[in-house]
Amino acid sequence: MRTCDVVIIGGGPAGLAAAVSAKENGIDDILILERDRELGGILNQCIHNGFGLHTFKEELTGPEYAGRFIEKVKALEVPYKLNTMVLDISNEKIVTAMNKEEGLFQIQAKTVILAMGCRERSRGALNIPGYRPAGVFSAGTAQRLVNMEGYMPGKEVVILGSGDIGLIMARRMTLEGAKVNVVAELMPYSGGLKRNIVQCLDDFDIPLKLSHTVVEIKGKERVEGITLAQVDSNNKPIPGTEEFYSCDTLLLSVGLIPENELSRGMGVEMSPITSGPIVNESLETNIEGVFACGNVLHVHDLVDFVSEEAKAAGKNAAEYVKRNENVGQVTDSGTVCLEEQVIELVPTDGVRYTVPSTIRVAKMAEELTVRFRVGAVYRNAFIGVYFDEERMIHRKRLMMAPGEMEEVKLKKEQLGKYPNLQKITVKVEAE
Amino acid sequence: MEQKNLTCIGCPLGCQLTVELENGEVISVTGNTCKRGDDYARKEVTSPTRIVTSTVKVTGGNVPTVSVKTKSDIPKGKIFDCAKALKEVMVQAPIAIGDVVLENVAGTGVDIVATKGVEASV
Repeated sequence: MRTCDVVIIGGGPAGLAAAVSAKENGIDDILILERDRELGGILNQCIHNGFGLHTFKEELTGPEYAGRFIEKVKALEVPYKLNTMVLDISNEKIVTAMNKEEGLFQIQAKTVILAMGCRERSRGALNIPGYRPAGVFSAGTAQRLVNMEGYMPGKEVVILGSGDIGLIMARRMTLEGAKVNVVAELMPYSGGLKRNIVQCLDDFDIPLKLSHTVVEIKGKERVEGITLAQVDSNNKPIPGTEEFYSCDTLLLSVGLIPENELSRGMGVEMSPITSGPIVNESLETNIEGVFACGNVLHVHDLVDFVSEEAKAAGKNAAEYVKRNENVGQVTDSGTVCLEEQVIELVPTDGVRYTVPSTIRVAKMAEELTVRFRVGAVYRNAFIGVYFDEERMIHRKRLMMAPGEMEEVKLKKEQLGKYPNLQKITVKVEAE
Repeated sequence: MEQKNLTCIGCPLGCQLTVELENGEVISVTGNTCKRGDDYARKEVTSPTRIVTSTVKVTGGNVPTVSVKTKSDIPKGKIFDCAKALKEVMVQAPIAIGDVVLENVAGTGVDIVATKGVEASV
């Protein structure tokens, strides 16, 4: 069977940055497997600008951001296969994939980097009653149709969900000549950026209805309209608040779910909060040599952070390969006792999760970024980080919201001073 | 005296800004937390601009459309004229990132450039 040092599943922003990093850290035998017709992933359909402020210090569109990494992958001659679907990864890291040219094939990987991204929550997850007429699309599907395939999904639109994709599509459909009647949001606040609310809705006088949801879809063959209702604090529709909007298209922008069928299939342990793998400081899953990064691990708000995370995953995979080449010659005997120190990261009091979930101090980089999200909107609150019971970080935040990823940095040097440390707690504090 | 209300886009705080104007001149900005809010409000009420992104049709390429943007920001009031002008554009593949696909869109003096490469179909 063909073997490969690093097999990367997915050629989007995470896969590309991981590949570049693995190569730059001394690994030549890399393969990216991508199911689409080109590299770049979802960035190819995100034609709006605002990407890359952190990474490149300039505002790029999605395709331009992807282009920078694709150029690097090509310049470094990292091999990749397009139109290739990975069907299965075994517990022993045998990757089974297929494409038109080669049919079904298998690769024995030394390491696997999971970089499959996420997909959109669908109508089925929402329990909206009614028939199943044509004209109900996820916002991302509509985005691909308009921006990459050159089709308009409809002329008169209602959008449910005010995350950034929903907002961006409100503007996009308007610019292409459609009428967007309303954007409805179940929550009392929008999960989208302020900039997008102003520049995608306010600029075009598109109303945003907070605490509203779709309670009925009218139409049998094609959507003819929808009924919105206001919801109470338990998200239950309030009788008597129903309002009918005519439309031929309903776009759903109601959340993203990491795409982990392959991970589950190979026995990777998953977090019920992120729907992504549980990883340690090296972004390594419970299966040795299997790493995860990007939106398959947890849904990010900025692609810059995906690239940063993927860079770490690529480096860690490279180090894993190099370490295992040396097996039998040199062992990590000097670090054995340190390796036994595994610190658990505990999210609590408003912090929903952390990535990573555990830290092996011996294996961590000099500085480790711990990313997390909060569960509600907080103003003038603090992020608190406790080493066991002792508060080590206390940082004021004017504003925190579920839509924004937060981070704290931990230093190896600092952790090294606490050899008996068992638990690091991350929480939101009022003072 | 004229009064305008805006939402600041500088950060997630989204401060509600109130701008007071007299004869088109900004008299005061209130509601902002930082300098960025003041700057944003002054620009937004006097000469609001936007980068416009869209797609144009491709002929002879391996994909049907290519993504494009205005090379710099254009007046907000020209957004629809810009979108309309782009509907008429058809570009021949191959196309490289940064290629000009339309000059001086809608009389703004700003060019439209491709944001994605497209190979010629084989």
